[in-house]
Amino acid sequence: MAILTYREALNRAMIEEMKQDPLIYLMGEEVGHYQGAYKVSQGMLDLFGEGRVIDTPISENGFAGIGVGSAMVGLRPIIEFMTWNFSLVAIDQIINSAAKMNYMSGGQFPMPIVFRGAGGAGGRLAAQHSQAFESWYAHCPGLKVVCPATPKDAYGLLKSSIRDNNPTIFIESEVLYGMKGEVPEGEFTIPLGLGEIKRKGTDITLVTWSRALSFAEEAALILEKEGISVEIVDLRSLRPLDENLIYESVKKTNRAVVVEEGWPVAGFGAQISHLIQKNVFSYLDHPVERVTQMDVPMSYAANLEKMSLPSANRVADTIREMLR
Amino acid sequence: MVSSIPKDSHSVSELKEFYRQMVLIRKFEEAAAKAYSVGKIGGFLHLYIGQEAVGVGSIAALTPHDYIVSTYRDHGHALARGLHPNPLMAELFGKATGISKGNGGSMHFFDKNAHFMGGHISLAAGIAFASKYKKEDSVTICFFGEGAANIGSFHEGLNLAAIWKLPVVFICENNHYAMGTPEYRALAVKDVSIRAHAYDMARDHIEGDEVRKVRDHVKVAVERARRGEGPTLIEVSTYRFRGHSMSDPAKYRTKEELEAYKKKDPLMRARHELELGGIKPNELDKLETDIQTQIDEAYQFAETSPEPPLSQLHKYVYAEDK
Ligand SMILES: Cc1ncc(C[n+]2csc(CCOP(=O)(O)OP(=O)(O)O)c2C)c(N)n1
Repeated sequence: MAILTYREALNRAMIEEMKQDPLIYLMGEEVGHYQGAYKVSQGMLDLFGEGRVIDTPISENGFAGIGVGSAMVGLRPIIEFMTWNFSLVAIDQIINSAAKMNYMSGGQFPMPIVFRGAGGAGGRLAAQHSQAFESWYAHCPGLKVVCPATPKDAYGLLKSSIRDNNPTIFIESEVLYGMKGEVPEGEFTIPLGLGEIKRKGTDITLVTWSRALSFAEEAALILEKEGISVEIVDLRSLRPLDENLIYESVKKTNRAVVVEEGWPVAGFGAQISHLIQKNVFSYLDHPVERVTQMDVPMSYAANLEKMSLPSANRVADTIREMLR
Repeated sequence: MVSSIPKDSHSVSELKEFYRQMVLIRKFEEAAAKAYSVGKIGGFLHLYIGQEAVGVGSIAALTPHDYIVSTYRDHGHALARGLHPNPLMAELFGKATGISKGNGGSMHFFDKNAHFMGGHISLAAGIAFASKYKKEDSVTICFFGEGAANIGSFHEGLNLAAIWKLPVVFICENNHYAMGTPEYRALAVKDVSIRAHAYDMARDHIEGDEVRKVRDHVKVAVERARRGEGPTLIEVSTYRFRGHSMSDPAKYRTKEELEAYKKKDPLMRARHELELGGIKPNELDKLETDIQTQIDEAYQFAETSPEPPLSQLHKYVYAEDK
């Protein structure tokens, strides 16, 4: 087992895939000469040259579209957004072109493209730079949405995303880039749509993904001391969704909380909550609860940011209330 | 250094005022950098050090009724507009006394009374549109970098401003790098202002190290806009002495290049010209120490101010949330 950071795991996955398939290229702001704004593409320019690791000007709409066009005729682009916040100026290309191309063309143009970059909130980056967008993209049919929470998952899921013939929204967590974890040696992939039980428990199910897993894990440790046994389901991808994993867990624990970094209204947690009540209603001892970012834009002020973000304490409080 | 010596007492005192503003900006930012390095400021912090003459010169061409739209590298523009350093520093510290009550941070300075707002090119065109709509004679100036001049809204915003002859001056502060990307890898033209031709718009190009020259050129554009003759795109060539933000070590440029630009430091230049104009060095030293005192006070003010109340969290999301 190697110990890699989340960032290194992503880097290794891209390098291995690009070595295997000359049609794959990486494009985005500062991915080459600068070695990546968050250093995820460190060293790749030296390995693959300017023809395959391509720096762009600040032109997200343009280079996202170039990615889509090139994928229509056989290339397999990895398009990096410096952060997902900046994908908003390219969202037309992602939703109106990438997501619908295969459908609109009656299956003639599959779309083997990965849009990836840093997402999530925190670090006092304030309203325009601290947002979790997975719910926005998960809303749109035709896209796959992947949100890894550990270095191992980042590696295995990115490889699957690159090999997939559909447009994949691969949202990395900005605050997890430096996180270390075990990644098995040798090549492996993790299929999209396969979640994982990150912790076994019997009293309550936490459903989560990406950085929110850390809030869930911390809460589980706090509650363990109080005799409450928490099971954690890490979805890893929102589309496709590992529905059965959620249901099996809820059947066992009879209670569920969704923990996510995004806003609550029309957020992905609402979808999960709906699915649980529709499919395993008779097993529920309590309505499904959610712990999310507060329903406000992110403030810059340190104390307000802290209050705004979901936290282990908020998760623990919610669970205590449910078990009362 | 080719110097323009201020000829009369009016031009001396004018230059002295510009110098004061530039020193204020420089010292404000040095204090901010210090606060950032000890963790009192979080998030991103983009410094304006090296570019002071652009903001000071441009804003000197405006009346208080005119509007200023600035993007994230905004501290210098705000100070040049005359905003007090205390609430600006407090905003960087995320305090309740900040210019945006701690909600905005470094990249989001707003002051309605001062007609100062954070935003970008099409917003500036929109503000100018409103001036024209209301038949007011305000002009809007909009600052942005050469990196931002490659994004779609630049082209759309300029085209709309040109066809509707909006009273707006687009000032591209070309510091030759967008983060780590040098201009020659991002721009198909050597001079951003050439793009004005595509919209049949007036254009200008200046070096940004001589503050009075910046003022004079921007003034021509502002007057053109005020006469209803439409927008201008100005490229001002300048340089940032620091990295893109505090977290950027700026390894993509050479020491020699930086040193060469430091020789064109607009503050050094203005000071030199003031001395040639007859101002004694000790008078200028005193001006600098006075400003340092003012900045120390701003730092102190920011540090001792309270954090926003937790009840602010849900405020301001909608206009009704007072
Ligand atoms: C749409 C979008 N893409 C990327 C970014 C990230 N970003 C912020 S500033 C910047 C560089 C801007 O350079 P320039 O416009 O030349 O201004 P300068 O920093 O040189 O003053 C980048 C890439 C962003 N804010 N928005």
